[in-house]
Amino acid sequence: MNFELTKEQEMTRKMVQDFARDVIQPRAIDIDRNAEFPEDIFKEMGKLGLLGIPFPEEYGGSGGDTVTYALAVEEIGRVCGSTGLSYAAAVSLGASPIYYFGTEEQKQEFLTPLAKGEGLASFGLTEPNAGSDAGGTQTRAVLQGDHYVINGEKSWITNAEYARSITVTAVSGKREDGRNIISAFIVPKDTPGMKITSPYEKMGVRGSNTSEIILEDVKVPKENILGDPQKGFKQFLHTLDGGRISIAALAVGIAQASLDRALEYAKERKQFGQPISNFQAIQFKLADMAMEVELARNMVLKSAWLKDQGKNFTKESAYAKLFASETAFRSSNQAIQIHGGYGYMREYEVERFLRDAKLLEIGEGTSEIQRMVIARQLGC
Amino acid sequence: MNIFVLLKRTFDTEEKIAINNGRIEDDGAEYIINPYDEYAVEEAINIRDEHGGEVTVVTIGDEDAEKQLRTALAMGADQAVLINTEDDLEEGDQFTTVKILEAFFDDREADIILAGNVAIDEASGQVGPRLAERLNMSCVTTITSITIDGDTANIERDVEGDVEKVETSLPLLVTCQQGLNEPRYPSLPGIMKAKKKPLEELEIDDLDLEEDDVEPKTKTIEIFLPPEKQAGKVLEGEMDDQVKELVSLLKTEAKVL
Repeated sequence: MNFELTKEQEMTRKMVQDFARDVIQPRAIDIDRNAEFPEDIFKEMGKLGLLGIPFPEEYGGSGGDTVTYALAVEEIGRVCGSTGLSYAAAVSLGASPIYYFGTEEQKQEFLTPLAKGEGLASFGLTEPNAGSDAGGTQTRAVLQGDHYVINGEKSWITNAEYARSITVTAVSGKREDGRNIISAFIVPKDTPGMKITSPYEKMGVRGSNTSEIILEDVKVPKENILGDPQKGFKQFLHTLDGGRISIAALAVGIAQASLDRALEYAKERKQFGQPISNFQAIQFKLADMAMEVELARNMVLKSAWLKDQGKNFTKESAYAKLFASETAFRSSNQAIQIHGGYGYMREYEVERFLRDAKLLEIGEGTSEIQRMVIARQLGC
Repeated sequence: MNIFVLLKRTFDTEEKIAINNGRIEDDGAEYIINPYDEYAVEEAINIRDEHGGEVTVVTIGDEDAEKQLRTALAMGADQAVLINTEDDLEEGDQFTTVKILEAFFDDREADIILAGNVAIDEASGQVGPRLAERLNMSCVTTITSITIDGDTANIERDVEGDVEKVETSLPLLVTCQQGLNEPRYPSLPGIMKAKKKPLEELEIDDLDLEEDDVEPKTKTIEIFLPPEKQAGKVLEGEMDDQVKELVSLLKTEAKVL
């Protein structure tokens, strides 16, 4: 057993850490306050190859692994949850399904520009009436000649306004037992009939673009169906397995940032004539935070490693996502507590960590859904 | 064009530094490429991209320095050389470094050698100029701009905030100052490519040097941290009075006037 990162993994972590500190960190407060999607930062991340880490070079990627990708998400999440979330969604939800399930032509046309960082993609799964129960999808796709015609509505789709293509799930027929067949379709942006707006006023991850998509008689060529037409449901479950690792990595980043800030502040802040880090009440909080951050990181890296080894990682990625997101919430909450009144002020950033962390207990499968996934893996 | 970069692995002075028994504690220290050497790597890559040739990055140190060399390769250097002194040398100073580098360059044709202005750890700024002297090359320190045309180099250098323009000829050794360029981040494809780039490891024996040849000429007696910064003083009252008080404090307390 070897817990050491490879040189490439270390170098990537260091590079992303430097980039995040120099380029993203100074903008993080404004990105949150103004709810502005940092499109220029994504261009730079694209040039550095960050958007193509887990994809092979033949599709414009960097040929890295999931561990490297998770390290990159963590380092970005450590300075800015919004940028971290949009990054994780672009790679794990936007690009990955095309890599896993796309035909050679689809990969060339739709994946390569994403991996090269020339654009972003989104994954349109959630609907107003189909959240955790994705089987309740109401969007329909009907084959008419050479085209599918798609009608429906998608909610809370990350990056959609900035996406060059959106993978949309839709009911495409019925099985013999009467249950819906769900398929996935790649819809290029600017396809007539697809309307994307961002009407949401969010609690956290405010700089990450979140959109509503309305599809009205949207025609896509029938070659744009992604993967096996009968297995759209299974495919997105697999996509979400991978997505959980990146959300967990983002949570570790926020939890680490909470610990960093809390520790720094506790050593500086003096009350009763000494730094508050001398008080056991504060020490115990910091000790718990440090322990949980490390445990969460270990679980993230283990599930990423399992994925890289081609082993099953469904249960482990659910462990990671559940534990890391709840760790991020607890750590950021304690970071505010340690900061006292200052922590409640935006300037000190820890309140943003809490608002950003809350999303991670909800997005890409709520904590409750993670527990269901785990229980199912246990054979319940 | 044969372009060489002298690179030093050093601890990150922005991180906490602890001293124990007159030595800087290795544990917990973060190691980086000396920031001034990063300017040198960046400039070397730019010169190669414009004029062709190869960039070779050289460092003296132990095995751990491979990480910094790989980073330089990931930025775009073509090959790297680690002169590993771990088994042979206990101590070293600027003389040691220059002596080793002189031997290294003995059978190599260098058109231009780039180094950092100083290393942020000991900040002697000696290795570049002393090596140039030994190699009988032109040497320009603290450069902020360089253009090469044939055998001629036009250089701007920082002279305590002013700019001095220098024209000189190759072969040439320069030391790089902040403002010369903005070092790139190593890209992901760069990091992956660096894996396959040549990294040669030499020992002083390979350079026909004995331990005695490179024995340091100086001895470090003590290393200590600067005194901790004291709390500042906030002056109050009318502006005129504050100015008077400040001047008087600068004279009597700070004794800088």
